[in-house]
Amino acid sequence: MLRLVVIGIVAGFFSALLGVGGGLIIVPLLLLFAHFSERPAMATSLGAIGLTALAGTIRYAFHGDVEWGYAALIGLPASVGAVFGTAMQQRIDSRWLSLAFAGLLVVVGVLLLAI
Amino acid sequence: MTTVLFAIVLGLGAGVLSGLFGVGGGILFVPALLALHRTQLHAEATSLAAILPTVGAGVWRQRQYGNVRWRAALIIGVASILGVEVGVQVATELPEATLRRLFAVLVFAVAANIAWRRRHS
Repeated sequence: MLRLVVIGIVAGFFSALLGVGGGLIIVPLLLLFAHFSERPAMATSLGAIGLTALAGTIRYAFHGDVEWGYAALIGLPASVGAVFGTAMQQRIDSRWLSLAFAGLLVVVGVLLLAI
Repeated sequence: MTTVLFAIVLGLGAGVLSGLFGVGGGILFVPALLALHRTQLHAEATSLAAILPTVGAGVWRQRQYGNVRWRAALIIGVASILGVEVGVQVATELPEATLRRLFAVLVFAVAANIAWRRRHS
């Protein structure tokens, strides 16, 4: 119980600070400190992220920082895309693709540092 | 109009990649929103709102497999509100460039995580 509370507080901080769900933090912490196995950890993190992202959205909305039009334009097509992506994952050998994706992220990171 | 189409394409692409590689949407939504000329702070705030429909769809699918431990998810989610409060305060105080650099560190961490998972799968 206390461990879950600590995981939540840490994940909430990084989620709001960086605008992400926090799965990258919740999943490893559940595996390491709460004796979860991988699939339940990922599924449970999704449930928690729903609340975290909702709290962050409300808090930022009060601050006037949420641009709702853009959120809809990005988020709604993305939820459709994610269904396709998940289905594709089971059909293709994604080993080399994931390395390419990691490479793409490195490029994105470098661009972020450059602008 | 071009901006609207560009945003939809970016959203769709980000969704496909997040489903394909098992990463959250936010890591891709924030760069997408930056490409649409939003500020770092607005991109992050807007990314959190954009995550909501994706997470909703994801939870609904996982629920069919019966994997979500609801009690744990609830405890983590409610506790996270405390962290969110601090995170928002820090993010709104930090200069844009610092916030962007911190986000870049996260992007590199996710890239490393994917490469690591590939080696161990």
